[in-house]
Amino acid sequence: MVSGEDMQVAATRSTTTAAPIVFQGVSKRYPGRVQAAVENLSFEVPSGEICILIGPSGCGKTTALKMVNRLIPMTDGDITIDGKSVNAMEVSQLRRGIGYVFQQIGLFPHLTVEDNIGTVPRLLGWSKARIRERALELLQLTGLGSEDNLRRYPGEFSGGQQQRIGVARAMAVDPPIMLMDEPFGAIDPITRDRLQDDFLRLHREVRKTIIFVTHDIDEAIKMGDRIAIMRDGRLVQIDRPDNLLAAPADEFVADFVGADRGLKRLRVWTLNDLKLDPFSGTMHPAAPASTSLRDALSLMLTAGATRVTVLGQDGAALGCVSLQAIAAMLGPEPRTPGP
Amino acid sequence: MSVLAPFGGTPSPAPTPVIPGFGGGQSCVVKNGQFCAGWFADNFGSRFAPRLVEHIELTAIAVGVGMLIALAAALLAYRQGWFETPFTLLSAFLYTIPSLAFFELMVQVTGINRFTAEIALVSYTLLILFRNTLAGLRAVPPDALEAAQAMGLSRRQTLIRVELPLALPPIMAGLRIATVTTISLATVAAYIGAGGLGEPIFDGIQTGFKTEFIAAGVLAIALALVADGLLVVAQRLLTPWARHRRA
Repeated sequence: MVSGEDMQVAATRSTTTAAPIVFQGVSKRYPGRVQAAVENLSFEVPSGEICILIGPSGCGKTTALKMVNRLIPMTDGDITIDGKSVNAMEVSQLRRGIGYVFQQIGLFPHLTVEDNIGTVPRLLGWSKARIRERALELLQLTGLGSEDNLRRYPGEFSGGQQQRIGVARAMAVDPPIMLMDEPFGAIDPITRDRLQDDFLRLHREVRKTIIFVTHDIDEAIKMGDRIAIMRDGRLVQIDRPDNLLAAPADEFVADFVGADRGLKRLRVWTLNDLKLDPFSGTMHPAAPASTSLRDALSLMLTAGATRVTVLGQDGAALGCVSLQAIAAMLGPEPRTPGP
Repeated sequence: MSVLAPFGGTPSPAPTPVIPGFGGGQSCVVKNGQFCAGWFADNFGSRFAPRLVEHIELTAIAVGVGMLIALAAALLAYRQGWFETPFTLLSAFLYTIPSLAFFELMVQVTGINRFTAEIALVSYTLLILFRNTLAGLRAVPPDALEAAQAMGLSRRQTLIRVELPLALPPIMAGLRIATVTTISLATVAAYIGAGGLGEPIFDGIQTGFKTEFIAAGVLAIALALVADGLLVVAQRLLTPWARHRRA
């Protein structure tokens, strides 16, 4: 992916592509304001990873995101995609190679779902048949797959369904990069949880490089391969979720991730990540190996038990995990999860 | 007023008897009844149909040209905000001029003809069409615009594919009002020789023959209703999304 044209070629092959994004000393200053909206931001998002930008309102996270597809022009520094500066690309080519999903969704109310998804493909001169095929494929990928839905209008769908269509539209030409600005922020908690799960599943299939803005630390921990915490336009800390929770760089980060950061951290791991004690044969509350440590802890505490039986996919007991083992994960010395 | 006087008469032929002879001796016509259906049927083809066609032409040209001017002005005002006030003032000023006076004034510039009538009729459509078009463009959801921008659509592509289609409902609403108003106003245009259904109305008033002006008046009303209905149908066809909403 070197030029916009190459992006399109990559897109038309419909193979999954991704490209690293690098911020190099990026700043944004508005005339007449003393404080920069974004100050000397440098970090890298490796190919195929989800990088979360998080921080309090006004910290510059959305500004940073929008500088990638040049919805906001940067004042200083550079952003490169696969080694190529975004400023060196023709702006419409650049944008067509970047999927953009945002909180207000922004579906075109006057176009059918098919035409919404087909907007960029049509600009690129795809045939009608190919657009239809791609639209249907994307609807199936985002969990709305039915031919009837192609002919319906956005107004006929719920908010959660609309954002699924929004994600499908952003992926229409299989861009290597996606920018997501609080994509699930306006959606009710239950639907949001499902959308997050489905999106993670989708991401495992079609590895894109994603920058994802949120103000919800739980969402950040769940969705992020890396979390970048911002404050007053500066990057405070960028790390993997478990490291961030285990070793906040300063009081601000510790405060931001919350006093319950230990419990949050338990969500990062599943029972699968622990070394299992042999199955003792006594009755304990049971949970599948894919259960998060946080849920396993909750299970033990509600059942008044000190151990939980870990079940394999076939439902057979694999072994046990003790309360102490879970507590040890949060010990003063951060441990790497076994085995 | 003395300047206007030479144009004060109607273009119809020399004074006719109070009860004209063209009834062929039908008693209704002789008695000048409220509405002589037989006479109307006999004379529709020769007296009314050509005027009706002229009336449709007058209206279609006025609304069509008015829409083009209003669209161009609204696009300019949409991009360059300062243009809104002067154009609104101008079109509102034109709108307030009494129609007869307007026709008379224009006659001095462009003479007694259809062109003169069209200038006045177009002027009356501008205010409503301009305001509705501009309001429609401004009501396009900002999130749709952000999506279009982020997808790499150019300003022109955004205008044609997103902004104008989404502005259609208010534009169509403006067109309906402008069309119905123009059909009504265009009857006055016969006063300066523009033809249309105003001619038999003026004629009927002049001669006192009730059937003639009632028939022409009813035809003008029917034309307005039909035109409005057609525009409603057009709007439904052009904006299918508006009917598809979640219950």
